[in-house]
Amino acid sequence: MENFNLFIRSIFVDNMIFAYFLGMCSFLAVSKNVKTALGLGVAVTFMLVISLPINYLLNTYILSAGALSWLGPEYADVDLSFLSLIMFIAVIASMTQLVEMAVEKYSPSLYASLGIFLPLIAVNCAILGGSLFMQQRGFDSVWTAVCAGGGWGLGWLLAIVAIAAIRERLETYSNIPRPLRGIGITFILTALMGIAFMSFLGIKI
Amino acid sequence: MAEKINYKSVILNPFSKNNPVIVQVLGICSALAVTAKLEPAIVMGVSVISVLAFSNVIISLLRNTIPTNIRIIVQLVVVAGLVVIVDQLLKAYAYDVSKQLSVFIGLIITNCILMGRLEAFAMANKPWPSFLDGIGNGIGYTIILVIVAFFRELLGSGTLLGYQVIPQSFYDAGYVNNGLMILPPMALIVVGCIIWVHRSINKDLQE
Repeated sequence: MENFNLFIRSIFVDNMIFAYFLGMCSFLAVSKNVKTALGLGVAVTFMLVISLPINYLLNTYILSAGALSWLGPEYADVDLSFLSLIMFIAVIASMTQLVEMAVEKYSPSLYASLGIFLPLIAVNCAILGGSLFMQQRGFDSVWTAVCAGGGWGLGWLLAIVAIAAIRERLETYSNIPRPLRGIGITFILTALMGIAFMSFLGIKI
Repeated sequence: MAEKINYKSVILNPFSKNNPVIVQVLGICSALAVTAKLEPAIVMGVSVISVLAFSNVIISLLRNTIPTNIRIIVQLVVVAGLVVIVDQLLKAYAYDVSKQLSVFIGLIITNCILMGRLEAFAMANKPWPSFLDGIGNGIGYTIILVIVAFFRELLGSGTLLGYQVIPQSFYDAGYVNNGLMILPPMALIVVGCIIWVHRSINKDLQE
């Protein structure tokens, strides 16, 4: 039940885009239409769900202070946490490469439409940010990591699909000043949605 | 490279016409996080310039030996190594600033500008133009950071680089700092306004 609460909170209250502003680059650039946005959102969710438990296990059994004590008492005071940034990014990068190869093989049209942003998932701040939050908050089991990853991923998906839907309508129904069209109005829209989402802050389910 | 590269345009284009933040839309996350004050924004900009220039050079030197399928891991390892060096240098010579910036320096690894430039430029060009490209894009990024931080610090705290700019008599007359400017959403709105102005001037960028 606690994990379910965390899952819901990660979607709405701790939303990656609107509460932490992580993963903005691909969020702004790939939100021109709902279909592509959905594809990228699914890819990010998938990456978070896979990379968070792996990084959790790495952190718990290898990297954090005293984690190596399962090797024997003489390893109990080894602290490898200074390596965590590099280890996390290595896990994320190799998983991204796998996903990229899979998408290229099975769905060339999605591969073509995601373009440079598929490899950029590796540097999507939302994914590294998820792992760093996991380390910072000290999750207590693999399932917690899976639930938080799923929640953050779905929250990111929700945000990018919402903004893509708004941008699709904007093109037809509104008369924006020419210089503000495209990316400019998207920044301002995101800011307004962010202010709206701030009303979720502090809510406990 | 059969085509001759114009060095001047490589370094000057990212300042305005091809700015990494407001035209290519890369590196937004850190632009939002560090711009509440001017000083961290400047240090962040300098760190990004150095990491970007040197990672561009290293990747450009390695570009013919990196297998395509594992290129991202190689790029990230190079970037992560350089970020650790910058982090240690800041800790050694500018401890106060590094304490302010600790989290954000780590976030340079996930700064999309780095990966974007490595993928788009350094993988296809010789070391010297790649170095210039890194410097140019880093400066373009820094310009935007400084402009955003200038407005946010001035309107949000009434200070610039920590010095009080808005005189006390204003506060006595009822002027209040705009607390909203400190919140992250306002950085988005400021960047949106910069894009507005920039595209009013450069009409060919309008959509």
